[in-house]
Amino acid sequence: MKKLMFMLGAAWLLSISVAIADDDGDKVKLPTNALYTAECGSCHVPFPTRLLSANEWLKITARLDKHFGVDATVDDATVKKLNQYLSANSAAKDRTTASADKLPRITESRWFLHEHNEVAAKAWKRVKSPSNCAACHQSMNMRRAY
Amino acid sequence: MNLVKYALPLFISIFMMSNTSFAETPTGLLQGYQQQAKTENPTFTGFNATRGQQLFNNKHGNDWSCSSCHTTNPKQLGKHDLTGRTIQPMAPVANPKRFTDAAKSEKWFRRNCKDVLSRECTAQEKGDVITYLLSIK
Repeated sequence: MKKLMFMLGAAWLLSISVAIADDDGDKVKLPTNALYTAECGSCHVPFPTRLLSANEWLKITARLDKHFGVDATVDDATVKKLNQYLSANSAAKDRTTASADKLPRITESRWFLHEHNEVAAKAWKRVKSPSNCAACHQSMNMRRAY
Repeated sequence: MNLVKYALPLFISIFMMSNTSFAETPTGLLQGYQQQAKTENPTFTGFNATRGQQLFNNKHGNDWSCSSCHTTNPKQLGKHDLTGRTIQPMAPVANPKRFTDAAKSEKWFRRNCKDVLSRECTAQEKGDVITYLLSIK
């Protein structure tokens, strides 16, 4: 029953999204889908889903046991629901260069590289990992994980 | 009219049921792990905060300990070692939401124990860690 309430809440939240100001004054919209932000927004920012294609997302959710160096497994029912949400809200075409032996990375997508082409190597060193969005985009850390 | 007559009470009862499933507490979770620990080990003698603290702060053959992200002061905010994402405190005294959802606790124990110990934790280990975190005032 808890699940049903959760899904009702998730459906209600689906259409709402929060705009966050970028350092350049651009807007990056972070998803607010309740399931997605809870399951995929605890360890990192809930990345905008349109930054990867459905094909790319499915590659990622198929290997949550080896998720960029950490175990990010969820139960099968949750994976199924996440896949539905991701597929319905993904980019039409692949955004990264395909490689059989590694997972697609948003931070290696053409969009990400273009947006960050002015960031100096020294700054990246301080950031530690390009997935640490809030290192520079402070507002992205506002909605904290539980 | 029938819809209102039947759907409303149904909706209210669903809401009430969903609320009761939130009534899990850290001590309730601990009792569950105690039952499990007794089954796993017939010589189980109870949980121990010091053992939990050692498990939490020490590395176990991998790059990370629990404290790598959660810090050695569980009353403080943690920080994900890779992404820098803020993690709310682990001690229930600082974060009353901790260990109030058994499924959520199980999920994170499973993931994080695999990262830290390359295996899932035993009920004894989970109970020791919760006992340690509850002992922090």
